[in-house]
Amino acid sequence: MPYGPHTGDDRARMLGALALTSVEPLFADIPAAVRAHGLDLPGPLPELELAQRLEALAARNRTDLASFLGAGVYRHYLPPVVDQMLLRGEFYTAYTPYQPEISQGTLQTIYEYQSLLAELTGLDVVSASHYDGAAATAEAALMTVRATHRPRVLVSRAVHRHYVETTRTYFRGAALALDELPTRDDGTTDLTALERELADPARPVGGVVMGQPNAFGLLEPMAEAARLAHAAGALLVAVVEPVSLAVLAPPGAYGADIAAGEGQPLGIPPQYGGPYLGVLACTQALVRQIPGRLVGATTDTEGRRAFVMTLRAREQDIRRERAASNICTNQALCALAATVYLATIGPHGLRDVAASGAARARRLEDALTAAGAPRLHSAPYLNEFAISVPDAARVHEALLARGVLAGLPLGTWYPDDPLLREALLVCATEVTTDEEIRRFGEALGEILAADAEAEAAAAPAGPGQLAPQGARA
Amino acid sequence: MSDDAVGVLPVAAPDLGPRTAVGPSLQPTLAELSRPGRGGHKIPHPPADALAGIPARHRRATPPALPELNELEVVRHFVNLSHLNYGIDTGFYPLGSCTMKYNPKLNEWAARLPGFAALHPLAPDAVAQGTLELLWETEQWLAEISGMRAVTLQPAAGAQGELTGILMVRAYHEARGDHERREVIVPDSSHGTNPATASMAGFTTVTVPSAADGGVDLAALQAALGPQTAAVMLTNPSTLGLFEARVVELLEAVHAVGALAYMDGANLNAVLGKFRPGEAGFDVMHFNVHKTFSTPHGGGGPGAGPVGVGEKLRPYLPGPLVVRDPDGAFRLERAGERPTSIGRVRAYQGSAGVFVRAYAYLRAHGGSGLVEVSEDAVLAANYLKARLRGTYEIPYDRPCKHEFVASGEALKTATGVRTLDVAKRLIDKGFHPPTIYFPHIVEECLLIEPTETESVETLDAFAEAMLAIAAEAHEDPELVRSAPHTAPVRRLDEATAARQPDLHWRAMTGVETPCPT
Repeated sequence: MPYGPHTGDDRARMLGALALTSVEPLFADIPAAVRAHGLDLPGPLPELELAQRLEALAARNRTDLASFLGAGVYRHYLPPVVDQMLLRGEFYTAYTPYQPEISQGTLQTIYEYQSLLAELTGLDVVSASHYDGAAATAEAALMTVRATHRPRVLVSRAVHRHYVETTRTYFRGAALALDELPTRDDGTTDLTALERELADPARPVGGVVMGQPNAFGLLEPMAEAARLAHAAGALLVAVVEPVSLAVLAPPGAYGADIAAGEGQPLGIPPQYGGPYLGVLACTQALVRQIPGRLVGATTDTEGRRAFVMTLRAREQDIRRERAASNICTNQALCALAATVYLATIGPHGLRDVAASGAARARRLEDALTAAGAPRLHSAPYLNEFAISVPDAARVHEALLARGVLAGLPLGTWYPDDPLLREALLVCATEVTTDEEIRRFGEALGEILAADAEAEAAAAPAGPGQLAPQGARA
Repeated sequence: MSDDAVGVLPVAAPDLGPRTAVGPSLQPTLAELSRPGRGGHKIPHPPADALAGIPARHRRATPPALPELNELEVVRHFVNLSHLNYGIDTGFYPLGSCTMKYNPKLNEWAARLPGFAALHPLAPDAVAQGTLELLWETEQWLAEISGMRAVTLQPAAGAQGELTGILMVRAYHEARGDHERREVIVPDSSHGTNPATASMAGFTTVTVPSAADGGVDLAALQAALGPQTAAVMLTNPSTLGLFEARVVELLEAVHAVGALAYMDGANLNAVLGKFRPGEAGFDVMHFNVHKTFSTPHGGGGPGAGPVGVGEKLRPYLPGPLVVRDPDGAFRLERAGERPTSIGRVRAYQGSAGVFVRAYAYLRAHGGSGLVEVSEDAVLAANYLKARLRGTYEIPYDRPCKHEFVASGEALKTATGVRTLDVAKRLIDKGFHPPTIYFPHIVEECLLIEPTETESVETLDAFAEAMLAIAAEAHEDPELVRSAPHTAPVRRLDEATAARQPDLHWRAMTGVETPCPT
């Protein structure tokens, strides 16, 4: 066994203390009918061979592409100090800080995380972390139902599709209604529809969920949405991207009651889906509704300031079936990454990260417009936007063959929408280079020009003909 | 440095006790360390008009008041905070039901390989073949270990795995037009997540008592079962560290009324290659890879809670699953490919970074090594139990699996020293305390899980410490009751923390100016 310490003598000594000669009697309580005898799996790999196997697998992923893919997970510069702090064994090999006397390191960093995110979101209470942006959004939606006793939530169609699908799954259990709000032509949520839905006396709404920026990268009229929601007795959930909060109005300022979002941009690598950081924050009024661990400051018996998990009566290990949620394990180490990242990058650095992304996205927009793929929507955006591209899925594939990961074909999220089927969602951040933007623009221009040429060549064949397959770049 | 100062104002740190040159001392917060104007230059400054496209109504009125520190201060802050923590890398961590085994360093290295770490979760299948293969292979290994037919890696933690499993149970009954099954049965020794999960999934929890031998009371279970039962959630081995001797009869009784059997896999570390839940008749189970398969606990997370299912629940697994096509290429299921799925339980496909570590653990051990893991874990628990017997009561004194319950009830009666005090005194002796006061069915309970990675010398040292504390309780009970004495802080005022919650430093006093609309 690769990590076991026992020598033959050690095992013999332990068995001897039990008056045994083998471990077999210790498993005699497993009934014969269900007793297994070994596993049909390959044998152990020595560390060298395992390291080689892992390197070979990692090398089969392609991470050398010029990537404009965001859609909820963003590439950022990661100062090495972040990972070096995460690698401290005292942090990453510790358990949940149930013994505060020897867990002040974890507890204080969680308190600091809560403080930093309270500042960014402009809200009072921040949970110690949730699984990811999707699960945090689902929990936020459930909070609105608990707080208002109204079993219906409205979610904008322009909220990250996976977050909506996750919320739908969470709602299945409690038989709650999740209804979608349409978007307008400019890509933002249709507030007229919101007003209409909120006015339906037969189906009172507990919460309204909107993204800022929304799933198309666009800025929503959140203050107006908050006003409408509150006038109807509903709560507003803002789905946010934390780096953007360095420059965008915080949820607390525009009247959101809850903020949920994905904390990955705060110092966590993409790693094909996680582990990530579910950010969940709320107003003081909702403190007893928020699920997940909370850390508070207190003192020890000698009067020294110290930290401890608190308000634990909301949690499953105390309250069992009456808990606010079943969440137990959270994403503490990812919250630590965010804390170290924010401490390192500082307020000016975070603003630079957000503003650089915005500046580079504008350059990207110019390059793509010049290549023949203008923006699809007219609402203002921060660092991500949709472009109109005929036959978007095929063009995406052609660009990939040229080493450009051209964002997300929106048809994968909105297969029934003819406009979005012909659109790519692209983003830029501070790590996007001018050279990458140039490559994307050039390659896209060539592909679109070749398509146009092929179409023109095919035109004499008469209407109703499909473009020849040779148009494929 | 042209920027205006926006950091939190310098705040004096409260009394944190003496600062020591070596050894732990309490730390000021980041806010208390902040000085406006400090900080590094990590990325190029953007052009001045970078935000010109953002209308004023969407802009932040005042910059966020985040702390300003230089990098050395950041490093010292977190290094010093780490000294206030106790991890597996520090010492013995016999926390029952948590399986605090060694976290191999190769696994940390592997998860950080750029090919794994930098891969975007929406990257096309063609550029993600390495991770997809790793995930697919991990699914196969977990299926073999559990005796289940299929495995999803999507759930982010054990509790989310439970929710996934119970939502699948719900979908199964609904698909059969069986709408009257509103109850989920759990034993009184279950983890709190089980009843909390049942509630989240829209079920009523029915709790059944344990029998005198620590197993589920079969007669009580049979009385509770009926056409209203959707599922029974069992932890096996149980939270008492005991294998459920009547598991065959229990499963028969559950299935006889048309209900499904859920296994909480928190204690799988005891039975690798000895008991395969799917083969035995369980319909669904979750794994805690941060327990059984050594991925770090991280101070509370992240973990991962993959779920295995038998044939009945296979259609309902959340998507996307990893598929291997006939040509050997790997891909994610496409939207709508399996319409019976309960849907997603989180974004993307799961915490792949956790599974790189779990995969490395699985391959390092191989099938034979995993069996040895359980054998050594069970041997260590029984050995430690034997060492404590006589000083602490062993309420269920038969061969345990990977953990066991001891009780300090007699000690408390004799000396007034509670199990909580014993736990705190262990800190002074250099050990992390075991789980205490869980499961709830044993008075003054200690749930002790040594794991397979601790040497016999460590087990002996822990046993000696436990015996010494019992002696101290008789000789000088106040010494134990006032422990810990050597930790960075003494016992905390938890009542005030809850009565007057102070959940963030909030140096800003005013509320953000509302933005014009």
